[in-house]
Amino acid sequence: MDIPFGYVLALAGIVVVLGMVCAVARRNLIMILLGVEVMLNGAAIAFIGAALRWQQLEGQAFVLFIIAIAAAEVSLGLALIVHLYHHTGSLNPEDYKVLK
Amino acid sequence: MTLFNMLFFAIAALIVASTGIAITRRNLVHAVIYLIFGFFGSAFLFYLFGSPFLAALMVIVYAGAIMILFLFIIMMLRVESPEERLFPPRQTLPAVLFAAAYVVIGGLLLVNDPCAAAPLVAVSTEPSVFGRYIFTHSWLAVEMASLLLLVAMIGALLVGKRPVREGKE
Repeated sequence: MDIPFGYVLALAGIVVVLGMVCAVARRNLIMILLGVEVMLNGAAIAFIGAALRWQQLEGQAFVLFIIAIAAAEVSLGLALIVHLYHHTGSLNPEDYKVLK
Repeated sequence: MTLFNMLFFAIAALIVASTGIAITRRNLVHAVIYLIFGFFGSAFLFYLFGSPFLAALMVIVYAGAIMILFLFIIMMLRVESPEERLFPPRQTLPAVLFAAAYVVIGGLLLVNDPCAAAPLVAVSTEPSVFGRYIFTHSWLAVEMASLLLLVAMIGALLVGKRPVREGKE
């Protein structure tokens, strides 16, 4: 096995950049939340690679907490999206202009 | 090229391709299904990198629970592709500019980093070892994560309640 650690970091970076493009460019709240999930996944890949690179278990422990935080974030985010959809009838973030 | 390297490159191509397809779908259900494939690829990568417990957790929590939650919400709201243009240029231009900047800077960092050239050594962590490590070294973080999940559940319950019909306020 002779994969340089940099390849893993490059893969994680590509995944994070894909998630960032999705979160910034799409005009749909659900797709924005999906982009955030993809970014968290890229961070988890980087942590797993680092755990293998330095032979430490801290990286794997961090991935466990990343998964927990992703679950909490997604449940709350989707609840907020449903709430907003019932109030405004739209999922386009550009339609949310009224602070009420 | 060993089998391990070939597996790594195949899984990496799978993750990038399915994630790239997912973020460009107009239909939200298709996007979620492609993203499930991407998360399966991540689970394989975790297994390849020697953490079978996290690979199982990735399949159960990420691909199983989180993505199915997305599917439920998409089907509940019955949104039919509200975006007339998938990537409006006003938003795509800054996104592409930032992405290109990060790719260039990250590539330069990786090329110049002596740490990044070190080859990985394959080891595997048994779930029991991992669990013992978690509960001896970071038990406080486990408690905090459980508290966070509880708070998120209560918050989702409060936010998701149907608004009571009260007159115009």
